[in-house]
Amino acid sequence: MTVTPLTRTSPPDGGLTKLDALEAEAIHIMREVAAELERPALLFSGGKDSIVLLRLAEKAFRPGRFPFPLVHVDTGHNFPEVLEFRDRRVEELGERLIVAKVQDTIDAGRVADGYDPARPGSSRNQQQTQTLLDAIEEHRFDACFGGARRDEERARAKERIFSFRDDFGGWDPKNQRPELWNLYNGRLRQGENVRVFPISNWTELDVWQYIARERLELPPIYFAHERDVVRRDGMLYAVSEFVRPQEGEAVERLSVRYRTVGDLTITGAVESTATSLDDVVAEIAATRVTERGETRADDRASEAAMEDRKAQGYF
Amino acid sequence: MVDDAVTTADLLRVATAGSVDDGKSTLIGRLLYDTKQVLVDQLEQVEAASVRRHGEGAVDLSLLTDGLRAEREQGITIDVAYRYFTTGDRSFVLADTPGHVQYTRNMVTGASTADVVIVLIDARQGVVEQTRRHSFIASLLGVRHVTFAVNKMDLVDWSRERYDEIATEVAAIAARLGIPDIHVIPISALHGAGVVERGEQMPDWYGGPTLLEHLQTVEVAHDRNLTDLRFPVQWVIRPGEADSDELHDYRGYAGQVAGGVLRVGTEVVVLPSGRRSTIARIETLDGDLDEARAPQSVTVHLADDVDVSRGDVIVQADGADRHGEPAPEDRGDLVLRELEADVCWMGDRPLTAGQRLLLKHTTTTTVARVDAIVDRIDLGTLEREPGAGAGGDVTALELNDIGRVRLRVKRPLVADPYDRDRQTGAFILIDEGTNDTVGGGMIR
Repeated sequence: MTVTPLTRTSPPDGGLTKLDALEAEAIHIMREVAAELERPALLFSGGKDSIVLLRLAEKAFRPGRFPFPLVHVDTGHNFPEVLEFRDRRVEELGERLIVAKVQDTIDAGRVADGYDPARPGSSRNQQQTQTLLDAIEEHRFDACFGGARRDEERARAKERIFSFRDDFGGWDPKNQRPELWNLYNGRLRQGENVRVFPISNWTELDVWQYIARERLELPPIYFAHERDVVRRDGMLYAVSEFVRPQEGEAVERLSVRYRTVGDLTITGAVESTATSLDDVVAEIAATRVTERGETRADDRASEAAMEDRKAQGYF
Repeated sequence: MVDDAVTTADLLRVATAGSVDDGKSTLIGRLLYDTKQVLVDQLEQVEAASVRRHGEGAVDLSLLTDGLRAEREQGITIDVAYRYFTTGDRSFVLADTPGHVQYTRNMVTGASTADVVIVLIDARQGVVEQTRRHSFIASLLGVRHVTFAVNKMDLVDWSRERYDEIATEVAAIAARLGIPDIHVIPISALHGAGVVERGEQMPDWYGGPTLLEHLQTVEVAHDRNLTDLRFPVQWVIRPGEADSDELHDYRGYAGQVAGGVLRVGTEVVVLPSGRRSTIARIETLDGDLDEARAPQSVTVHLADDVDVSRGDVIVQADGADRHGEPAPEDRGDLVLRELEADVCWMGDRPLTAGQRLLLKHTTTTTVARVDAIVDRIDLGTLEREPGAGAGGDVTALELNDIGRVRLRVKRPLVADPYDRDRQTGAFILIDEGTNDTVGGGMIR
């Protein structure tokens, strides 16, 4: 990949730049959902993709309020820096945040805790799906914006921008509605809801370039910092309350940053000295490994890990 | 800092048409691989899969585009897949449409947003019925640039005669269909010749660009209609009184410019009501603009307090978009209650006269009634077979059929012929019972 520097100067032939075209498309999608669905919500994790969604929502609806609340599915295993960022950002925007806690789902006996301190590599990744589905039901959300991109993973490459889910949150790849032009069909059957991905057509590099262009603030863990980590299955995990060094594992203090933000239990760090956005963009542009392959244990489980989880209602 | 730097990269949307047998997956794999979009972990997966499938040997690049496990297991492609690659100064969104079942539906979907369609031809087979069908669908969907990639040239010894023969046939098809810009590029996706690099095999007689060189330079900025102002209102921004006193009277009309250029001071008509006003402000979060062009998303303010809601379309008041013909004051010339359209039918149950459907056009959804099936296109011969109303015997459009249909709509549409504007000339049809999208239409 080549990084080109950034501004809003038009391409030589007078068309829109790539980022302007992607932004215009995403704003259009968000407004269509606001207009056609009754109770949308925006899934906000505090990660870079959902931070971009928040900016796009501002572009779509300001000076009005967002016509939807923000929803965070809190596994209880988040990076504290990300939670701090989440609350601050919501406060700045003056929007409403609903936090749905996986712990509550576990306490209610609706799922068993997938995390077991004695089992390294265990996580609540599976359980958060139930918490999300419960939140959708409780608040009767009919549409949830998510920050998923088609370049992330091969199941996602085939997913529509409007991705319909049945009563159980399941995605049926063989039975998707065709999406023609920019005409989205948001009509729901009984019991259905829809996940909407406004940045489907963005790549990881587009997201970073947009963050740079818009000067969006990110949680500090996206930039290089010193941290105690252990090496496990080829990944670097931060030592935390939920990730303890096992016998034979040495704790190292390294300069690292995160490329994606998930739970402490499953998100790997990359070694880096990139402390500014420019440095990070340059590193991303030069990388030879996909973000999910490099930093997400949940996707390395099998060739079809994402496909299987989506069929069960995952984001 | 980043804000000093400059990017002029733009976005090109490409759809590929062809079947697995033409080497389409290998071509796409080659494009991704040779533009260095394939990262180490993806390549490792593909290498492992190649060995599992074919034993030790060369990497099978077609496996790069394998999507779902269901497909890998059955060796088929289910649906349109989207791929992304960039050359720095241009980024590409590639809609990969499979060639077997549901072919028409998938290709229509992929081509609906495409600037360029790549039609694959197997050099050994030459121009076949499928080539004509793909070219036809591209032209039907208003794609102005069609690139014919003549693949497997290595299997015909890079024969110039073979290439010339195919190029001549293709030019005749394009002329008949009225496709304005075509290119014919000889390639071998398997050996990496003519795709990104010329490759060692490419003979001297071909002096043209490689496929990627062509995609990098094809001019599409003027394909959009930038003369006829059309702004469908998506959403009315009205902050509550509680938000601030200042915003008490705020009323902004949010939408994406579908055609033409919005300019502050332009006299406009709000359709279908026909009320006149003037563009007072073009607002974005980043500040006000003097002008905005398709496909920018902006918020418009009018000088007068007129009633505007979602589904209304703001158009220019002068008749300059009539190209010499007189335009009525109220621009009623742009309002349709009856229309003829070419429809690609995607429903399992056939489309027949008398049916009631929902029709979504720009930001309007309304009820439509099918008055008549005018004709059906034979996708083998590309001839139109007349419907029952015109003395023929066609009474229905089946799944994956394309034909001319006459419709009546309950709420009038503010529309243009598709050939003038791909945004205001297109609609989808929705089954009221199942809520499925069952058709795509192009107003003629």
